[in-house]
Amino acid sequence: MINPIAALGRGSILLVGEMGGMALMLLKTLFFTFRPPFRFRLFFKQMEFIGVKSTLVVLLTGLFSGMVLALQGYYGFRKFGGESLLGATVALSLVRELGPVLTGLMVTARAGSAIAAELGTMRVTEQIDALTVMAVNPIHYLVVPRFWAGVLMVPLLTVLADVIGIAGGYFVGVILLHIDQGIFVAKMRELVELSDILNGLYKAFVFGGLLTLIGCYKGYHARGGAEGVGRATTEAVVISSISILAGDYILTSLLFR
Amino acid sequence: MIKIVDLYKSFGDQQVLRGVNLEIPKGQITFIMGRSGTGKSVLLKHIIGLLEPDSGQILIDGQDITSMSERELARIRKRFGMLFQEGALFDSMTVGENVAFPLREHTRLSEKEIWARVEAKLAQVGLLKDIDKMPSELSGGMKKRAALARALALEPEVVLFDEPTTGLDPIMQMSIAKLIKETKESHHLTCVVISHDIPVAFAIADKIAFLHEGIILEEGTPEEIRLSQKPFVREFLRALKCPVLEGGES
Repeated sequence: MINPIAALGRGSILLVGEMGGMALMLLKTLFFTFRPPFRFRLFFKQMEFIGVKSTLVVLLTGLFSGMVLALQGYYGFRKFGGESLLGATVALSLVRELGPVLTGLMVTARAGSAIAAELGTMRVTEQIDALTVMAVNPIHYLVVPRFWAGVLMVPLLTVLADVIGIAGGYFVGVILLHIDQGIFVAKMRELVELSDILNGLYKAFVFGGLLTLIGCYKGYHARGGAEGVGRATTEAVVISSISILAGDYILTSLLFR
Repeated sequence: MIKIVDLYKSFGDQQVLRGVNLEIPKGQITFIMGRSGTGKSVLLKHIIGLLEPDSGQILIDGQDITSMSERELARIRKRFGMLFQEGALFDSMTVGENVAFPLREHTRLSEKEIWARVEAKLAQVGLLKDIDKMPSELSGGMKKRAALARALALEPEVVLFDEPTTGLDPIMQMSIAKLIKETKESHHLTCVVISHDIPVAFAIADKIAFLHEGIILEEGTPEEIRLSQKPFVREFLRALKCPVLEGGES
């Protein structure tokens, strides 16, 4: 039987090592960002892959989240006659929490996993070594464009999710449940402040960086053939998702006082 | 030109290199041979700085690369080409783009000049007609030839080959061997080849070194190796003379 204390210690050392490795990768990424050559083509390609191609899935996620929020909120508010607050509730929930978190999770599932699988395959087929041998730094070539594409595109996708989510809430609240349109919009405008929207976007920046960094880190350090790539991909998705949810709590406690 | 001095490397508690000493002469083909899993690839990866040794030196023109910064290493690496075991072609690019890659990264040539050089390199390895194919459409031997074209794109002084003939049929093995020899002669290259392919080594090597249990057990010209008295070398050479080759199969 494994000594539980030893197992705990081993797990902790592993965790600290991984976090250190990711921090180092982040530092190198930031360092290489400002060093030529600047590979804009790769950056745009990654923006397309991480951002443009995630549009549909993020739109659908945002839409249904907004709709279900309105529906649930309505059933709750009706009990004490607070239906007028529905628009504000939907909008606040979306811009502060659900927009950035759900977008982060969906982009993790779609692009974070793909990044880990691609870099992992490149690692086990020695393509990353080939880059190094050709005097091209792999962090500079592979990680920098993906990281910044994530940092830039996840907030933009979050804006989309927020807008379409509020539209979905409006559709359910005003058109299906017949809440007064004027009150729905007025309360929303009254209670949602610019800082709510901005803080949601700050979160999205962090999530975009987190999920691309973790995907890159896991793929970059993949070992052991196809199985290793599979493991790296799974770990990238699990760790990114947990980091996004845990990071969301931390950011909420820091940003919304 | 390349000198390896007292190189040690361990992975965990497994000691792979235990004091390797080897000189690789300029303008010649040096084969590093040995059984699978004896650390031949590990040794090769040290020569180009992909791995850091636990102790020891690798001198390239008298400069120790083990103490170099990434930037200095990058400068040295531009003088090297490396052919990986499975080719390591970038699978998101066509064959032509793969060969163009180092030129785009490290030269200021125009697109037209780049493609002229790409075509010349691919013609040299007999793959000009496959310039627009993706690596996944190529056979094993074609991948290695495409990778060789990429390794030669920057006109390196030294090319490292990791098992260039492994996994190929005997005809393709000899054709790759011939290609290595021709390339060496036309480009005045220094070649370091990791292999366990005895016929190929005896056909093209100027020098053969045997890596066994973490050290260079024997080195010399093919003729000297043939006459070696070291039991391991004799066993290694004898293993080739199996019954099939001698016509002794019943």
